[in-house]
Amino acid sequence: MADNQEPKNLQDKFERNIFALFLATALAVSIAGIVEIIPLFYLKSAVDYTETTDKYGNAKNEKFPELVWERTFTEVDGKIVSEKALYKEDKNGKWVVADWKAGDGVRPYTPLELAGRDLYLREGCYICHSQMIRPFRDERERYGHYSLATESMYDHPMQWGSKRTGPDMARLGGKYSDEWHVMHLMRPQDLVPESVMPAYPWLAENSIEKDFFGTKRDMTVRLSVMRTLGVPYTDEEIANANKAVAGHSEMDAMVAYLQVLGTMVKLDDSKTYRQ
Amino acid sequence: MAWWTAILFTIGLLATVVTLSLGMTTGKEYHEQEWPLAIAISVVWTLYTFNFVMTIASRNKETHPNVYVSNWFFLGMMIAITYLYVVNGLALPVSLFRSYSMFAGVQDAMIQWWWGHNAVGFFLTAGFLAIMYYFVPKQAQRPIYSYRLSVIHFWALMFGYVWLGAHHLQYTALPDWTGSLGAAISLAMIIPSWGGALNGMLTLSGAWDRLRTDYILRFLIISLAFYAMSTFEGPVMAAKTVNALSHYTDWTVGHVHSGALGWVAMVSIGAIYHMVMKLWKTEMYSMSLINFHFWLATIGTVFYIVAMWVSGIMQGLMWRAYDEYGVLAYTFAESVSAMHPYYAMRALGGLLFFTGAAIMLYNVVMTIRMAKSKATSGAAAHA
Repeated sequence: MADNQEPKNLQDKFERNIFALFLATALAVSIAGIVEIIPLFYLKSAVDYTETTDKYGNAKNEKFPELVWERTFTEVDGKIVSEKALYKEDKNGKWVVADWKAGDGVRPYTPLELAGRDLYLREGCYICHSQMIRPFRDERERYGHYSLATESMYDHPMQWGSKRTGPDMARLGGKYSDEWHVMHLMRPQDLVPESVMPAYPWLAENSIEKDFFGTKRDMTVRLSVMRTLGVPYTDEEIANANKAVAGHSEMDAMVAYLQVLGTMVKLDDSKTYRQ
Repeated sequence: MAWWTAILFTIGLLATVVTLSLGMTTGKEYHEQEWPLAIAISVVWTLYTFNFVMTIASRNKETHPNVYVSNWFFLGMMIAITYLYVVNGLALPVSLFRSYSMFAGVQDAMIQWWWGHNAVGFFLTAGFLAIMYYFVPKQAQRPIYSYRLSVIHFWALMFGYVWLGAHHLQYTALPDWTGSLGAAISLAMIIPSWGGALNGMLTLSGAWDRLRTDYILRFLIISLAFYAMSTFEGPVMAAKTVNALSHYTDWTVGHVHSGALGWVAMVSIGAIYHMVMKLWKTEMYSMSLINFHFWLATIGTVFYIVAMWVSGIMQGLMWRAYDEYGVLAYTFAESVSAMHPYYAMRALGGLLFFTGAAIMLYNVVMTIRMAKSKATSGAAAHA
């Protein structure tokens, strides 16, 4: 090919100028993301018509009010407070869920549940367990009602998973007792002989207050980062986060998380939540 | 700079393996490095891209006016991977070892698979197609079959691949239109994928007899055969009715391995053999060991993927089976125990493949030793 010939066409131009090729390729790979991802941030139907109502991240749903737990946040003396509490200290000094009952709608995780969720990630549970039930008859009978987008709206990141080496976890909460979960995590084959799941005995030995290499697991930082990302907590809930997990083992946290999965919303069988 | 990026990238790889084993993970599939490591990797990758682009920009434009097709694909890989990795990795740290993804729920899922599928699409496909476009013509000693086809192949792949992530989320809480769009484009992607595979294979037109004698060429061509097979399988699995069965099962695992072992590994093996001979200016220590490696790798891959096909489809069918009373026929645990023979077969396939790789290592080491001793004895004879 003659070296100083003029470019014959657009393709030839790109091939002679690496920067032009760079820009053209960058443009070509951007389009799909713009079309498929950006609408999900503002289309109401993408999250079952659940909307954020205040700047603190609280949500409501006019079409399906049962989906979210609503509360109102206000600022008093520069502090963010709410008329309802997520968790509190009871008479015996135990930290328990306060003004929310199972089925009241999706709510942020308590500090113990969130700590358990971090362990769920650390142990790689999502590699073998999904948290996303599809709208098929067999999945309904095996696992329960199909999953809705609202149910993972506070999950940073989501744990929908891609493989079921073990069964789906989306509606695991309440199916077994706490004791069952402890025994199962200690040695799965004691309860399910066919199981190929590894054992996690160290969960029972480790304190939830400690993180990698003996560093402190600061739940206050974790809750406040969650609030920055749009998960609503009051100032008091953030401040008490470390007290709420004090004295617990990793096992307690993991079981607390497993037992809340899928129990937040009571879905109405007569309604079509998704087309 | 090239040395530095290579060393740093290898350190990054090692650090990833170590931190993951310790349980430091973002919890995002295929993107598990925690934030300090993720930032370091992004920096190294950007340096690598910069070095690549500037090398091409400063080429001798008199002798090489046009950039070769391999370099288009490498460039596409670099741009797309930077872009996908950074966006999917956006997160706020809560400690040195942990961060929370900026995205949640359905948006996080879509962004995750937009990255997840294209880590495959741009790293393992575009990057390795670049290898193919260089080494197949070199080893076959013939020009690439069609320039026009490579232009179409390139632009269709760059534009099309990025859409496919949504097909990982069919029937989930992702809106239906997004999954269907992903599936539709997935079906269309068979055209550029097969275009690329044919372009590589037809380069051999008139030289097919060389497959009988040239074992390195065999690796390159079987890799294209696996590429064509798995890029046919991909669109099939993206179709909604098939996906309903195949999703969450071992079938997906089999599909990935027909790509990873059959395509990515085979084309790399061919390229490495070719380079070893070029770099040390020698023949291989043993050609029959290459042939042996070829058969071990091929049979290993076939064992692996067949095991995963059978177990995947069986899982899918067992989960949805009903008995004559209309209740679920199998418990989940029964489906787990039914997988046992296939997992043994899978392990055997992997072992065969690994044995092949060990033979390759031996062959390469012996080749280099042979080349070096020849060089010194040659020098001695001259003296």
